[in-house]
Amino acid sequence: MTSPVDRREPIKLGAFLIEWFVRLAGLSTIGFVILIFFFLLREGIPALFEVPLSNLFGTAWYPTFGYYGTIPLILGSLLVTLTAVVIALPLGIASAVFVREVAPNWVREVLKPLIEVLAGIPSVVLGFFGMTILVPAIRTLLNIPTGLTAFSGALVLAYMALPTIISVAEDALDAVPKSYRDAGLAMGATRWQTIWRVVVPAARSGIVTAVMLGLGRAIGETMAVMMITGNAARMPLGLDALFKPVRTMTATVAAEMGEVAQGSVHYHVLFGIGIILFLVTFVINLFAAKSIFKKRYRGGLR
Amino acid sequence: MKWATGLEFARARQAPWRSLLVWLILLGILLSGCSAPQQSTPQPGSSRTIINKGSDTLVNLALAWAEAYMALHPEVTISVTGGGSGTGLTAMLNGTIDLANASRSIKQEELDQAAKLGIEPIEYVVALDAIAIVVNLENPVDRITLPQLSAIYTGQITNWSQLGGDNLPIVLLSRESNSGTYVYFLENVIRLGDSDSKLLFAPDTLLMPSSEGISVEVRQNPNAIGYDGLGYVTPDQKVLAVAIDENSPYVKPSVETVNDGSYPISRELYMYTPGEPSGELAAYLEWIRTDGQELIPKLGFVPLIDEP
Repeated sequence: MTSPVDRREPIKLGAFLIEWFVRLAGLSTIGFVILIFFFLLREGIPALFEVPLSNLFGTAWYPTFGYYGTIPLILGSLLVTLTAVVIALPLGIASAVFVREVAPNWVREVLKPLIEVLAGIPSVVLGFFGMTILVPAIRTLLNIPTGLTAFSGALVLAYMALPTIISVAEDALDAVPKSYRDAGLAMGATRWQTIWRVVVPAARSGIVTAVMLGLGRAIGETMAVMMITGNAARMPLGLDALFKPVRTMTATVAAEMGEVAQGSVHYHVLFGIGIILFLVTFVINLFAAKSIFKKRYRGGLR
Repeated sequence: MKWATGLEFARARQAPWRSLLVWLILLGILLSGCSAPQQSTPQPGSSRTIINKGSDTLVNLALAWAEAYMALHPEVTISVTGGGSGTGLTAMLNGTIDLANASRSIKQEELDQAAKLGIEPIEYVVALDAIAIVVNLENPVDRITLPQLSAIYTGQITNWSQLGGDNLPIVLLSRESNSGTYVYFLENVIRLGDSDSKLLFAPDTLLMPSSEGISVEVRQNPNAIGYDGLGYVTPDQKVLAVAIDENSPYVKPSVETVNDGSYPISRELYMYTPGEPSGELAAYLEWIRTDGQELIPKLGFVPLIDEP
């Protein structure tokens, strides 16, 4: 690598161009993120000056009539997303442990592509499935007025976050050195004890990353949520809120952006909601990235 | 080895001003993205392609018209898309379409924007629409008054037994808040046409993103009540007869009852052109308001027979 002897012109130029192309391609990603963020800010910030804060952070969302209370939407998104993660977390980790630690090789070979297929199902298909099968079932099983609830949305979101959680958690388990397992077994622990007390805790930071990425996937999901959560902008307070309709931030933007007059107050408020979503996802990804970087400094573990 | 040497060389030659150049290019992309290029306004009617967009209530009717008209006049191409009344009118003002469909008349703020752009939108009434009140087929209730509907949708009546039905909670379904049907229903049913009224939909109202969403839920949920354009009501939903008050006759929506004005929840549907239409566009609008009217009943809307 260090012998600067051969400096024939075509190679210099070719390598130079390719290197710059690769660099530009890489930097353009950052560029686009910055671009999108500035666009969001430019379109969303005026909302802060056009709508009094007491209205903007009020509890009534009737954008057609000048009520822009975003609190029910923020709480709605949080309720649906957090419930989805609570459902997906045990399922995801259990699946990852099964695929990585328990299943025989041929089962793993079948399961891994299937999990990827699961990730590829379009959300509108899941939404339609939820609308026609899940929603009536939830209404009759739980005997509630309507099945279009936060809970239905959370179930479908959990299903959508699962492939992400399983894949990343499985990679984390994979990164645990074989010596850990050998040591556990040599100490006389059963296979189950080794998995649960040694391997999973050792992969903890990777599993946290998995959950964070799943969370990021869930909070940004729109179509399925719009189809099955009922979209009622009520305050999701009280113990039964989970089994009542909610309206999420993403569904609100998707449902209303198409009809809004460009440059109107409503338009700016919808972009304001976009900023909130962007920031939440950014913070979640930041935490996920932080736990990835942390792994590097742990002995024996990548 | 030669390859690696080239890379090494390029890396060694890298000067600080080069990374500055990259940032300048990025900045250029950023700025060009910010200033959206103004699209050139197509002359309405000058081309043989008519772009028609707007109200989801009108989209099926507009498609039927376009197909029939293109069969009669193969030299004309008409493209129809939905998206909502506001979307269509905004697109018309931006000059991207020739003809906007709307289930409400143009708003003052849209007129203001048009004036700013130097456009004078022209309104055409093209059909009549009735809003049907739908419930599940199992629901024993089959008639309702406008004040009762208002009380239901503001959350004062919450159980079907208060309307002579079973002891079941009422689940309110509505179209999304940006749909022309939503605004029409709010102003004429919930507020009973009183422009000073500040009544709003109850916060528990479920806003469904599509007509299909409403019909799916009404079909399977005996608690549900919903409203939608008559053109979108399927036979697996029960349509209620509506009266202005309890002393008035209860009327079921149909082509006859809307035409003679006895069904209380009906409205006009519009098309808008940016300025006086000419050529193919003018011919198309003329056709819609004459021969095209024959297609309307097939789609569940109501034709303009005695419109002055």
